This record gives sequence, structure tokens and C-alpha cells, in this order.
Amino acid sequence: MTISVPSSILQSAQRAFPFGPPILELEQISLRFGGVQALTNISFNVLEHEIRAIIGPNGAGKSSMLNVINGIYRPQEGSITVRGEHLAEMTPTHAAEIGIARTFQNIALFRGMSVLDNIMAGRNLHMHATFMEVALQLPRARREETENRAVVEEIIEFLEIEHIRKVPVSRLPYGLQKRVELGRALAAEPTILLLDEPMAGMNIEEKQDMCRFILDVNDHYGTTVVLIEHDMGVVMDISDRVVVLDYGKKIGDGTPDEVRSNQDVIDAYLGVAH
Amino acid sequence: MVDFWFFIEVLVGGLLSGTMYSLVALGFVLIYKASSVFNFAQGAMVFFAVLTFVGFMELGLPFWAALPVAVGVMVLVGMATERFVLRPLVSQSEDTLLMATIGLAFVIEGVAQLAWGVDVRRLDLGIRDEPINWVMDTTGMLISQLDITAALVAGIMVVALALLFSYTKVGRGLRAVADDHAAALSIGIPLKHIWMLVWATAGIVALVAGMLWGARSGVQFALVWVALKALPVLIIGGFTSIPGVIIAGLIVGAAEKVLEVYIGPFFGGGIEGWAPYMLAVFFLLIRPEGLFGEKIIRRV
Amino acid sequence: MFYREAGQFRTSYAQDSQIFPLRQDRIGMVILLIAAALLPFVANAYWLTAILIPWLVLSLVALGQNILMGYAGQLSLGSAGFMAVGAFACYNLILRIDGIPFVVAVALSGVCAALVGIVFGLPSLRIRGLYLAVATLASQFFIVWALDKFPWFKNYDPAGVITAQPIIMFGHNFASPREKYWVVLAIVVVLTLLAKNMARGSVGRGWMAVRDMDVAAEVMGLSLLRTKLQAFAISSFYCGVGGALFAFAYLQTVEPSAFAIDLSFRILFMVIIGGLGTIMGSFLGAGFILLMPIFLNIFFHSVFGKSVDATITSALEQVIFGAIIIVFLIFEPLGFARLWQLTKERLRLWPFSH
Repeated sequence: MTISVPSSILQSAQRAFPFGPPILELEQISLRFGGVQALTNISFNVLEHEIRAIIGPNGAGKSSMLNVINGIYRPQEGSITVRGEHLAEMTPTHAAEIGIARTFQNIALFRGMSVLDNIMAGRNLHMHATFMEVALQLPRARREETENRAVVEEIIEFLEIEHIRKVPVSRLPYGLQKRVELGRALAAEPTILLLDEPMAGMNIEEKQDMCRFILDVNDHYGTTVVLIEHDMGVVMDISDRVVVLDYGKKIGDGTPDEVRSNQDVIDAYLGVAH
Repeated sequence: MVDFWFFIEVLVGGLLSGTMYSLVALGFVLIYKASSVFNFAQGAMVFFAVLTFVGFMELGLPFWAALPVAVGVMVLVGMATERFVLRPLVSQSEDTLLMATIGLAFVIEGVAQLAWGVDVRRLDLGIRDEPINWVMDTTGMLISQLDITAALVAGIMVVALALLFSYTKVGRGLRAVADDHAAALSIGIPLKHIWMLVWATAGIVALVAGMLWGARSGVQFALVWVALKALPVLIIGGFTSIPGVIIAGLIVGAAEKVLEVYIGPFFGGGIEGWAPYMLAVFFLLIRPEGLFGEKIIRRV
Repeated sequence: MFYREAGQFRTSYAQDSQIFPLRQDRIGMVILLIAAALLPFVANAYWLTAILIPWLVLSLVALGQNILMGYAGQLSLGSAGFMAVGAFACYNLILRIDGIPFVVAVALSGVCAALVGIVFGLPSLRIRGLYLAVATLASQFFIVWALDKFPWFKNYDPAGVITAQPIIMFGHNFASPREKYWVVLAIVVVLTLLAKNMARGSVGRGWMAVRDMDVAAEVMGLSLLRTKLQAFAISSFYCGVGGALFAFAYLQTVEPSAFAIDLSFRILFMVIIGGLGTIMGSFLGAGFILLMPIFLNIFFHSVFGKSVDATITSALEQVIFGAIIIVFLIFEPLGFARLWQLTKERLRLWPFSH
């Protein structure tokens, strides 16, 4: 099944942001939990400004891979290099500081807060007022609040969620929650966006909207996107290159067309024993 | 120079009271294993159980009749708790459930006092709180008969329950229920029966613990705070482990007594009021899952 | 009909971020504050000293507890311990520093409590939920024990009791119930405003993020260390100030056991019943817990015609509080504050039903 994304975006003769050098390089990443080998010797890179998809059957280790990139899991072996800078250890806070933002498979929104507050929370690294300044509502705190509010409102407009900005997120339908989570990730103005199944559980219209948002973000801001996705149509249509994982190992790496005709990939999805 | 036999006496005293902490903690572990709920009200239940028992005896029931009556009452309390407190909150967060059991603790404490009044009561189990003569004669140590008996009873119960859980059909069913209610139901495990069994067992444990503590220091409200000491035991031992509870109880009991006797005098005493909790905090910082607990892995 | 937003437009983000965006709320608040300030002229001394002052003070402590538990999601059973630190710090500061104004002493006591709070809050970096609650129990028991066993804190008083000094500021001795009330009112109003500002701003969002999903919070660059310790510090500050006021404006004669674990449980109840994660809930909860014994007494008087034994009323209180907590947790976990909010929303539509 193919998602019909407006071809004007895809076939623009010139990309707004041509591919740059590798912005993210993963080498020989291996990850174990107790007795379970989640990832084995995974190596691939992500070029700046590209949209890279990670696909694979369930349990292949895709979310774990994202968690490694973002510092939530510490791999036993392997290294991560961001913008040519080799990182000895990645922590979630450090990942945020160097411009990596992400969404989660099971929606990690802050349930007790409204849409607006959730996305404002994403501006955390841009707000420097101390608690005293906030408590006393000193000028810097007030100014920051208003300035960041303006940025957040732009994102809200972009994602077409103005009408629900004050609603507590726990009351929103699943599809809208996913959109809010995308908004929160965008609020950090990231250079690398990690999306874990951003379209899971959505109907066709919602998927079209999400695709449009992702492509727009990549097109307007040049944000590099790494996304995990199950819908083959989406993957084939919007991603520039694809990594295929199966049982924690890499079994395919290339453009969507190359990967589609790779026999190993076909076998993995058809469940051929190997 | 520290007197060796005196130290042993203190140590043994601590170990003995430790077994009783283990017994109280066991009640917590049972409920936790069966429902993943930490029942903050367990201490109140200990108090209520023994108070009910003593109360019925005062009303004229003989010892062996009052026992099953008290157990029956505890089963009812347990069932009511499950039906009116735990079930409505089944999908809520751990913290919410904990707060609900705190509320429950207060309800039970209040009801206990409304029903039976606030007087301190004596409980005579037929064993005297006196030193064992031959021990005293040979080593000079003062070890109470009551303490030894209590420790034995507690130890036997703990071991029996541990075996019950690991090796019987009922025990397996219980563990299945704790892991996944829906799955347990779908393989035919009778949920209601299991619940009743768990609460009955926890109730019996609470009653016995209450009787032992009550015989030692009187049946009074302070029992509730004694039960609170089971918390450090659970933390050090691990919430889901019965062997852990045994060992942790011994550690807490021994440490508390030794610290109180040897360091207490420098400060005017009272160390045992907070030492177990501090000990628990240190354990939490180096080994949060306790000595025998399961490591908690949070999936994102 | 009266409580409507029609015609009130907010044309800037700053306007939208006000505490009281509705004009009716702003007017209501002003009226309330004026009424509160004028209250001593109509209320008798009993009401002031036995009900209003403790209500304000305990609301402040409940506010501190709410910051830690309601906003930042850190389960704590140690609020009374931090109150004790504040109370004894204030006493010692006034005792040993000549001429220190009361407000300064209170503020410094809050800081002392905050420092202690940070120390005992350190475990929160590795543990949560029930485990953290037990750690806070450690702080509660230890603090009260330490204050009791080291006579320096009580200035070597042979009875183990301290007597709060008079409240002296700007050369004036605030001795009468009225004057004490005004001092307490002023401090509570200011601190509540600061708390409200924090809760609605980036600080509060940080706390709630850590409460709701700390992994996601970290992923957004929030330092869990800083946020949690900050919550402990600020919360303990409020509890410490509350403790100082509790001693100086209410109890007068104070011993460490006045801050025992059962007070911590009361504060916990105030916060749960009042509404976790709300400012208003702290006041509603404190009021409820404080007034319940009085209601019970009145109830028994009118129904049974005589006073009932104190032990029975206190046991009944326990049952009622515990039962209400359970009922609220099942049906309205956000407590009285939420009920109040729902009432306001009904009022906005009144006399229409939807």
C-alpha cells in the first residue's frame, strides 16, 4: 500500500538542503540485557539532512538502536560519532545538548500537563532563568516565557493543533498525542530528530499529515530525521535511505529500492528461517 | 574490653526480635507477591488482628475459639480491602495504590480503636518472659524464654510459607496471578480463591505476629509503629523474596540492638528508632533491589 | 451569568499567562485578600489563634509538601521533620543573634531546612516511590531524634522544651493574636504567590516533567539531579518556614516530639485530600483536616447532646480521613481542588447546563 504524498514535495528538482557529510556514525554497536543480545555489531551512518529509516520485523532491536543513539541505553561495545566528534559516552542529557531530540514508541508525553505545557517543556534548554527569577517574575523570566511561548505557538500552528493547546494531553486521542509529541521534540530545535514509530496506530489521513510534517521539517529546517517505521509504503516514499535490522543484526543498508529487492530482507519479513 | 558473652546476648536478642520483624514483613511480601501492591496497612492489620483476638477472649471466648474467629475477621478485612480499595484502583500507578493503603491503614487503626477501645491489654500465651535458666547458668546470658519461643514460631512459619510458595500447586498459582492476572485467568486459575487464600494467609501471619509482639510488650497502638520497622526489612531483603525477608529481618534486628546497646548510651538512647531506616537507605543506594529482590528494568 | 469570559480578550501571550486571566477571578482574589486582612477586626481571639493561624501555617507546610509530592512526584513522609528544623533553627537564630528581625530569622530557618532537605533528598536520585518514602521516614525519625538528644538545640533546657521568643520586627513586638495573624498572613500570601509563579513557569514544568516521565524529561535535557534536589530544597524551605511560624505564632512552647511522624501523615492527608499538584489544594486540605475535629464535636453535641470522649472522636477522625482518601483516590484523585475547579466551570455556564 502506498501513501500518496504530494509529489511536489518529493520531486522538487533541488533539495532545499543537499545531503551533507555523515552527521551520525555508529560503529560495531553491541547491546546486551542480561542474557538477551539486543544488538550485534551494528554499523551504519546517517548523512546530514537525510531521512533515514530503520525497519525490521518486531523485536529486531530498532527501538534499542534509537535508545543507544540517544544515550538511554549504554552499549557494551561500539562507538557513536556525532558531527565527527567521537563520544566516549552518551547520556540523554548530553544528547539533548548536542541537538538530538526524539519521540517514543509508547508516547512519553507528560500526562499531567496540557499540550502547550508539554511543548513548552521541550524548550527547556533554551530557558535559563533561575527558580528565584521565576518565583519573583523578574524581567528575564517573564521575557523568556513570552519569547519561548511565541516559538511554541509557531510549532503549534505548523502542526495544526491550535484548537487543543490547553487540553490536558491525557484527554487527547492517540493520533493527536503522537503529533503533540512530535511538537515537543521539534520545540528543542534539534538537528537530529529520532522518531520511534511516529505513525503507529494512525489512519490514512493522519499518516498523510504526519508524513507532510516530517517532510516539511526536513525541507524547511534541514533537520536530519531517523525514523523507525513499519508501514512500508511510508518508508519507501519518504525516506532517502534505509537500514534493515533483524534479530539485532543489520541485514540491509541502502536506498529504499535497493533494500526492497534484497533477498535477505525479503526472507526476514516472510519469516524464512535463517 | 567488650564482654564477649554480653555481646552474644545482645546479638541473640537482636536476632530473636529480628525473626519477629521477618514475620511481620512476610505479610507484606505475601500481598506484594500476589498483587504487586505494597500494603502499607499491614501494620494496622497486625494491630487489628491481635486486638480482635484479645477482645473476643475478653468477651468470653476461649483461646482456641477466639483464634479462628480472629482469623475469620482478618479474611473479611482482606476481602473487603481487595474489593473496595484494590480493585477500583487496579489500573492506577503504584504511588496511588500506596497512598490508598496509607488511607486504609488509618481506617483500620481507627476502627480498631472504635471497636475495642484504647486500653493496653496484656496477652498471656503461657510462656513467661523470663531467662532460660540453663543458659543463664552456663554463660551468664539472659535470653528470654518468650523470645526464643517467638523466634521459633516465627521461623517455622516463615520457612513453611517459603516452601508452600515454591513447591505447591497453590504457590505456583499465586506466582502466576502476581505476574499477570489475565493470563492466569485464561489458564483456569481461580482468581477469587487465590485472593482469599492470600488474604487468609496474610491475616494469619498478621495475627501470629501480633500475638507474639503483644505477648512481649502488650497489645497497644505502638504495635503499628513496630510494624513500620518491617519496611527497612523489606527494602534490605527485596520485596518479593521470602528468604530475603528472613535474612533481612535478622540483619535489621541484630543491627538495631547492637547499635542501641553499644552506641546508644553516647547519645541518650533512641538509636533503634531510626537506625533501621538509615540502614535501609544505604542499601537502597548500593543495591536498590535488595539482597534477593529482582532487578527492576524499566523499558522505554 | 456573572462568571463569564465573554468580552474578555487576551491579546498577548503575557496576558494569557496571568494567574487569573478572568476579570472575575482577579476581583474575587482582591476581595478575598482584603477580607483576610480585615478579619481580625471581626473574629475573636479563639478563632484567630486556634483556627486561622494554624490553618495558614499548615497550608504553607502543605504547600511545601505539594511542591515535592504533587508537582515533582517525590513521595515524602518527612515534612514534619523539616518543620522541626525550621522551628528550632528560628529559635536558635533569634537566641544567638541579637536584634535579628523576625522575618530574617524565619527566612534563614527556611534556608536551614532547605539544606537539610537537599541532604535527605539525595537518595531520590536513585530511588523512587515507596523506597523514597522509606528514605524520608529515615529523615523524619533521625531529625526528631537529633533535635531531642543534642541539648544544644534546646539551649540546654532541663525540661527539653523551648519557649518561642516574641516576634519582634522594626522595633515592634507583634504580641497580640491579631498582630501574629497579620505577620503570618503576610508571609503566607507572599510565599504562596512565589510558589504559584514557580509552579506555572519553567520550574513547575520541569517538576511535572520529572514526575510524569523522567526518562523523557532527561531526553529533553532536563537534569534530574538539579530538578529533584531543587524540589526538595524549595519544599523543605516552605516546610521550615511553616515550622518556624508553627512554633512562634501557634504553639509557643515547643518540643521535638510536636513534630513527630503523625504530623507528617496529617500533612500528607492534607495534600492528598486537598488535591495533589495544586496550590489551592494545600489550603483546602489543611482547612478540612483542621476543621474536622471541630465539626465532629459540634455534630456529637447536637446529636447526642453531650461531648464525646476525645479518644472516640480522634479514632473517628482517623477512619474518616482514611476513608475519604480512598474515596477520593478512586473517584477524584485531584481532590477538593478539582471539585472546586469543576464548580467554577459549572458557574461559567450557569444558568445554562452546557
